[in-house]
Amino acid sequence: MEAHELSFEPDDRYNAFLAVCKKAPCGKGKLAGIAVAVKDNISTKGIETTCASKILKGYIPPYDAHAVELLRHAGAAIVGKTNMDEFGMGTTTENSAFGPTLNPCDTSRVPGGSSGGSAAAVAGNMVRMALGTDTGGSIRCPAAFCGIVGLKPTYGRVSRYGLIAYANSLEQIGPMGRTVSDVSTLLQVIAGKDRHDSTSYDRPYTHTPVADVKGLKIGIPGEYFGGGVDPKVAGVVKTAISRLEELGATTVPCSIPSMKFALAAYYVTCTCEASSNLARFDGVRYGPAADTKKSWHDAYKEVRKAGFGTEVRRRIMLGTFALSSGYYGKYYTKAQVARENVKADFARLFSEVDLLAGPTMPTIAFRLKEKSDPLSMYLSDILTVPANLAGIPAISVPCGKADGMPVGLQIMGRPFEDECVIDAAYAYEQAVK
Amino acid sequence: MMSEDQVIVGLEVHCQLDTKSKLFCGCSTDYRSDGPNTHVCPVCLGLPGAMPVLNKRSIEYAMKVAKALNCTVLHESEFSRKNYFYPDLNKAYQITQYDKPLAEGGYLEIESDEGGERRIRLTRIHVEEDPGRLVHMGNAERGKYSLVDYNRAGIPLIEIVSEPDMRSPKEARKFLNKLRATLEYLSVFDSEKEGSLRVDANISIKGNERVEVKNITSYKGVEKALTFEVTRQKNLIRRGQRIERETRHFIESTGITQSSRSKEQEHDYRYFPEPDLRPLHVQSWMEGIVLPELPDARRERFVAQYGCSLNHARTLTGELKLANFFEHVVAADPKGLSTLAATWIADTLIGELNYRSMNLESVDAPGFTELIGILKSGILTDKSGIDVLRVMLDQRMNHQSCETSAAIVDRLKLRKVTSVTLEKSLTYEIVPNPILTAITEVLTEQPGAVDDFMKGKKGAFNFLVGQVMKKTRGCADPGELNRMLVEALKKKEV
Repeated sequence: MEAHELSFEPDDRYNAFLAVCKKAPCGKGKLAGIAVAVKDNISTKGIETTCASKILKGYIPPYDAHAVELLRHAGAAIVGKTNMDEFGMGTTTENSAFGPTLNPCDTSRVPGGSSGGSAAAVAGNMVRMALGTDTGGSIRCPAAFCGIVGLKPTYGRVSRYGLIAYANSLEQIGPMGRTVSDVSTLLQVIAGKDRHDSTSYDRPYTHTPVADVKGLKIGIPGEYFGGGVDPKVAGVVKTAISRLEELGATTVPCSIPSMKFALAAYYVTCTCEASSNLARFDGVRYGPAADTKKSWHDAYKEVRKAGFGTEVRRRIMLGTFALSSGYYGKYYTKAQVARENVKADFARLFSEVDLLAGPTMPTIAFRLKEKSDPLSMYLSDILTVPANLAGIPAISVPCGKADGMPVGLQIMGRPFEDECVIDAAYAYEQAVK
Repeated sequence: MMSEDQVIVGLEVHCQLDTKSKLFCGCSTDYRSDGPNTHVCPVCLGLPGAMPVLNKRSIEYAMKVAKALNCTVLHESEFSRKNYFYPDLNKAYQITQYDKPLAEGGYLEIESDEGGERRIRLTRIHVEEDPGRLVHMGNAERGKYSLVDYNRAGIPLIEIVSEPDMRSPKEARKFLNKLRATLEYLSVFDSEKEGSLRVDANISIKGNERVEVKNITSYKGVEKALTFEVTRQKNLIRRGQRIERETRHFIESTGITQSSRSKEQEHDYRYFPEPDLRPLHVQSWMEGIVLPELPDARRERFVAQYGCSLNHARTLTGELKLANFFEHVVAADPKGLSTLAATWIADTLIGELNYRSMNLESVDAPGFTELIGILKSGILTDKSGIDVLRVMLDQRMNHQSCETSAAIVDRLKLRKVTSVTLEKSLTYEIVPNPILTAITEVLTEQPGAVDDFMKGKKGAFNFLVGQVMKKTRGCADPGELNRMLVEALKKKEV
C-alpha cells in the first residue's frame, strides 16, 4: 500500500473533536484519501482514546479496533477522535468531560448524542464520513438532529472488537455521512465477521444502494406518532412517508404493544452491563494513578469518584443496584423478558411488512442544558431503543425541517436486511434531492 | 451410620487446564519461567474494547474430565460475569459459569478409610478464567507496595465441586489424589506446575454450621487444614460454643486457619450472563470424546496382568508417571520382573525420591531396570540393592556422571558373598571365602562374646553376626553367614 498523508486542520468551532491528527496517513482502496472521523470510544492505535472521560485521560490504545483496522486497509485517513457523551451515556453530547459539542445547524442547540461529535464533524463539513456507535440511538439521534444520515447496523454485522463497551448486548459501530451512498460505502468497508468478536456474523455487506421501494410493504407503528412526539415532527415524517408511497411502497398501520416496556428494559439492561464494563477503570492501569498511600479499596473509591462524571456514576449505581442479590430477578430478569417481547413483536410485524417507518426522535434538537433532568432525557430515547433491544437495522435519513431544525425519518428492517433499509432511505433521499 | 460428631467435608477444586493457549485469547500458557507481564495481550490484560474468544480446546479438555467423572454435559451452558474489585482482576470481573455450568452430576470413587471403594458425588464442573497474580513487596499487610503480574490472567481453570460426601480429612486427601490421577491420565492437567491446583473446602461437624476454608494450594495442605478445623470445631463444641458460619483462610506455613475479616465475605458478585460470548451447545461433542484407560481400570489390570498386590497396584496407578514407569521397567520380562519391580518401586523408590525431593523423571529408567534384573538374579542382598539405588539417585541429584547399576555393584564390591557365587564368579579371583575370613577374625577379636555364647547367652550370637556383617560391609548373605557362624562356633566348642 502506497503511503500518503492527509493534512487535516479543521476549524472546529463546534468542539466536535477531542483529538485531531494534523497529518493523517492514508493509502489506496475504497476510501483512498477520504477523511474519516472516529468516535472516541473506538480504540485507535497510537491515538488517545478517552470516551470523553477524565478517567481515561492519557490512555493511548496499543491496538486498533477491528473497524478502524478495516478503515486503514481501505485507505481512509483517520483524522481525529470525536466528542461524545461520556462512555456513550447521554442523548446530547453535553455529558462530555471536555465540554459539549454544538449543533452546526444552530449552535444554541445540542447535536444529539451520544455520537454528537461525529455528527457535527460531518454536518459541519469537516469530514465526509464518520464512525459512530449506537447503544440506544446514539448514531440515529445526532444524525436526525444535525440533518445527516446515520445507520445502526444489525447487531453482529460490524465487529465490536475495540469498541470500549458501554452495553455490549445492545451496541453497534455504524456509519454516518451526508448521503446514503456514503453511509453504504462506509458499511461496505466495516461489515463482516471478525474472529475477535464472537458475536459478529459472517454477513459482509457488498450492496450498492438501489432507489427502489416498489412493492415494499411498510408498517407505520402507531406508537411512533403517539403522545410525547412533537406534532410538527410527526407531520414532517408523515409527509416523508407519503413520499415513499408515491414511489410505490404500500403502508399499513401497525402496533408494537411491547413498546411501553422498551425504555425500562433498555435502561435496566444498559446500566447493568455498564456497571460491570466500567468497573475496570480503577486507577491501577489507566487514567490518573491511584494514591498508593491509601488502601487499594479507598484509592479505588477516590479515583472513580473523581474520574467519572455525574451521569456515568448515576448509571453505574443504577446497574449495580439492579444486579445485586435480591433485585436481579426483579430487574435484570424482567428486563430480559421485556426484551424478548420486543423481539417477538418485531418478528411478528416483519412477517407481515418489509420495513417499519416513523420519526427518529420525538422532537427537534434540544437547546443546550434543556435536558437537565435525566429522566426527561431518557424518555427522548423511546423511538430509537426498540431497534437496539431487537438487534435490527435502523437508519435515520433527513426528511425536512420543523421550526427550522432537521427532522429524521427512521426506517427499520429485518435482521441482516440492512440492504433493504438502505435502499428505502436511498429512494427517499434521491426523490427529494 | 453417622455418629454425632461426624465430620462432613465438601471440596471445590480449581485446576488449571494444560492447554497451549489461554481461555479467551491466543497468549501462551507457558509463563512460569518468563518475566512478569510477558504473556499478555489486549484481551488478557482486559484492555478497554478487547473481547473474549473461547478456546475450543479448553472446552474439549473440560468435557474429557466431565466424561471421565461420569457427569452430564448440559444441552446449553453459558458464561457469566462474577463482578468484584481486586487489583489482580484486570476487568474487575471474572468470566466464569454460574447458573448454567458445563456439566452437572457425576462421581469419583475413592478408597474409603475402612477399605473398599466409596463413591463421592459431584455437583458440577464449570470452566472459568484464572485472575492475575499479586506480588507483595514486603508482606501483604504492611508491605510498601504490591506489583501485578497478568501472565496468569486468562489461564483456563475448571472448578470441580463435590457434594459434602467426605467423612474425614484423610478422605478429602484421597479424593484429591484420585482426582489428580484422573486428570493426569486424561492429559489435561500437570500437577507439577506451581499453583496448578487450588482448593476451597467446606467442613462441618454434623448438626453445626459449616465453615469454608479458602486458599489451600497443596495436596498435603488439604488434609492439614481440615485436620486443624476438625480439632478447632470439636473443641468449640466441647466448650459449648457455637460454630459460626464463616470463611477462613489457610496459612500454609503454620498449618492453621484464620478467620477472614467479616467485611470481605459480604461479597455480592452480581452475576449476569457474559454478553460478549454466545451460549455453548456442546453436548453432541461427548460422543466424539474417547477416554484413555483411567486409574481404576489400570489398577485392576495391574492386579490381573502383573499379579500386583492390590496395595501395590493402587500405589503404582495412583500417579500416571509411576504407572508408566512400572510398565516400562517390566516390559522386557513382565512375568519375571513384575513382583520385584512393584515392590521396589512402590516400597523403596518412592521413599528414596521423596527423601531427596526428586521426581520420577530424574530416575534413569534403563539403570533402574538393570538394577531390578540384577536383584532378580539373586547376586545382591536387598540392603545392597538399596545402596546401589541410593548411589544412582545421588549421582543424578548431584549431576555427576552416572554409572550403570552393574558398575556400581562391581565398584563397591556389593555382590552377595556366598561360596556359590565365588565358585561361579568369573570377575573375582578365587580367594579365601571372605565370610569365613571375617568370621575367623571376629572370633579372634571378640573372645568375650564367644565366651558369653558358650555360656548360653543368645544375644551374643546376634552380636557376632553383626560384627561379621560389618566386616563384609553388609555383603554377606544372611543365611549363609548364620550357617557358617554356627559351624565355626561348633568347631570352637570341640
